[in-house]
Amino acid sequence: MTDEIPTPEQDSMLDRMRERLIPDGLPVDDRGRMRLVVDSLILHLHPTKVPVTAMNWTHSWGLGGLSALLMAVLGLTGVVLQNNYTPAAPQAYLDILEINSNVWFGELVRNLHHWSANLLIVVAVLHLIRVFATGAYRPPRELNWLVGVAMLLLVVAANFTGYLLPWDQLAFWAITVGTSIINYVPLIGNWMGKLILGGPEVGANTLLNFYSMHISLIPLMIFGLMMYHFWRVRKDGGLTLPKKLDQVDEPKVERVTTIPHLVRRELVFAIGAFSLLLIFAMLVPAPLEGIANPDISPNPAKAPWYFMGLQELLLHFHPLVGAIILPGLAILGIFLLPFFDINLNSVGIYFRSHRGRSLTLLGIGMALILTPLWVLLDEFVLHWSLWLPTWDTLLSNGLIPLAIVLVPIILLDEWTVRSFHADTEERVLFISTFLFTAFVVLTIIGIFFRGPGMALYWAWNMPAATH
Amino acid sequence: MSETPLEPSRRDFLKIAWAFFGGLALIETTGVFIAYLQPRLTEGEFGSIINAGLVDDFPLNSVTHISNGRFYIVRLGDGGFLAVYHRCTHLGCTVPWDPGAQKFICPCHNSQFDQQGTVENPPAPRPLDLFGVSITDGQINVDTGDLIERQTFETAQVVYP
Repeated sequence: MTDEIPTPEQDSMLDRMRERLIPDGLPVDDRGRMRLVVDSLILHLHPTKVPVTAMNWTHSWGLGGLSALLMAVLGLTGVVLQNNYTPAAPQAYLDILEINSNVWFGELVRNLHHWSANLLIVVAVLHLIRVFATGAYRPPRELNWLVGVAMLLLVVAANFTGYLLPWDQLAFWAITVGTSIINYVPLIGNWMGKLILGGPEVGANTLLNFYSMHISLIPLMIFGLMMYHFWRVRKDGGLTLPKKLDQVDEPKVERVTTIPHLVRRELVFAIGAFSLLLIFAMLVPAPLEGIANPDISPNPAKAPWYFMGLQELLLHFHPLVGAIILPGLAILGIFLLPFFDINLNSVGIYFRSHRGRSLTLLGIGMALILTPLWVLLDEFVLHWSLWLPTWDTLLSNGLIPLAIVLVPIILLDEWTVRSFHADTEERVLFISTFLFTAFVVLTIIGIFFRGPGMALYWAWNMPAATH
Repeated sequence: MSETPLEPSRRDFLKIAWAFFGGLALIETTGVFIAYLQPRLTEGEFGSIINAGLVDDFPLNSVTHISNGRFYIVRLGDGGFLAVYHRCTHLGCTVPWDPGAQKFICPCHNSQFDQQGTVENPPAPRPLDLFGVSITDGQINVDTGDLIERQTFETAQVVYP
């Protein structure tokens, strides 16, 4: 029994662990780098090689990636915030005070969560605009456009449900005003409102309902759709390639390996973006007002900022028109865009063509002039419900103002056809640009130019709100 | 013996049966979820019957806020009672009573209502809602689960002791 069994030459434990993680060692050549992308769970979201021009900074602006980064920040900060939060009134508010004052880095984490959430809405909308402007939703990418718009709606839902959680005056009344809109849905509005609020008005049940939606159902759905969205990007052949104006032939494709060219860019971009976000969150605290008091409405009571365009519409239209029909049609239109705007020749060209670019500027310009004029006209001159007191308010305050808005839009469309000989894709571009700019103007008016009693004031001469 | 083919065929019958019972199961499941999510009520809190006090506590021509019930007890000049929900019918803000102007004036969008809750100034689309009032042995009870929406003020809405 003296024969020794020869032991295999053994690496140290650390070496064996590394061996398990990266069997072939770090890649040294392109072949190895491509292999690594294929073998890795996360990296294989990318192809092994990417077209050089698809990485152009000024083509995609990194907006999709930035959205994903913000989702990751929101997920992480959200998970840790839960450890110091109780979804009950009034404890929720006391917990926020505790997070802000007594939890290590609590205020920073809350600020990060708050500002990422608000930034995500802006970035997701910019992402949508980029895809629209380069015609990147056209076949075969229609389905991914639908998924993207669905995610945008979910992001708004996530933001809205999160808005209530601090349980301060700001949260309470923004959600009260925001959810009251539901009651105007014909027939089932009251019932739906009660179901969502867990009672006839915002209260303890609402807080619990919103919390549950905010931390489980909505993030789960967004995560699922995100994975599908990424997968579809690859299925549909990656990003659209940038094209120059008047470029007829398909762009020449030169490819480089994903590692290091794409991965390095993404890493640098993510670190840069996160650093700026972190600095911002350190410097600017998330708002927090006094504890929610159902007896006292602040004056003015405003919905969350991204709904201020909608609230502005409500000041001009009967709620059925302003809060249900117009937004419903807008969302339907956005969903349907890739099914009637299908010219494949201009995919990858910003704003389609020379004429497209002029029409875009024209659309923005017209909306910048006409929208404030219309707001002033409707506020101070037109009083249909006073002039036609016997008419149903749905007519006098709904359909008549709607006609007043629709007629100029139809005339503008007619004008682009007659004077500019715009084709279908250019008309879609013009009308979409016009309507979107008008919505942004309404939002800005709602946020900055509406004061006590929702009267118009100059933004720099705004009386203080009362609470 | 030649048989005429069954109408509908066995295949079609099974298809229809699957679609029917599958649809039924889906509707039932949806119903269960909706029923589960229905708001719950707690005795003595908003949504149940709330005691507002004695008839004699409220002078003629007065408006009194009952905070835990979310309503105003309005006692009209002729001694009748209304329980007016304090929630604006426009977008849900709480409407305070302005004793100087003798009006309800909403701070959010400047809707104004008179003592009976009827609209004096839009954008509110209808008068302030009411709750059912019952008076027994001089006690005023208000059923805050019994929300009454109305288009105008009518004398039938007033409850007399």
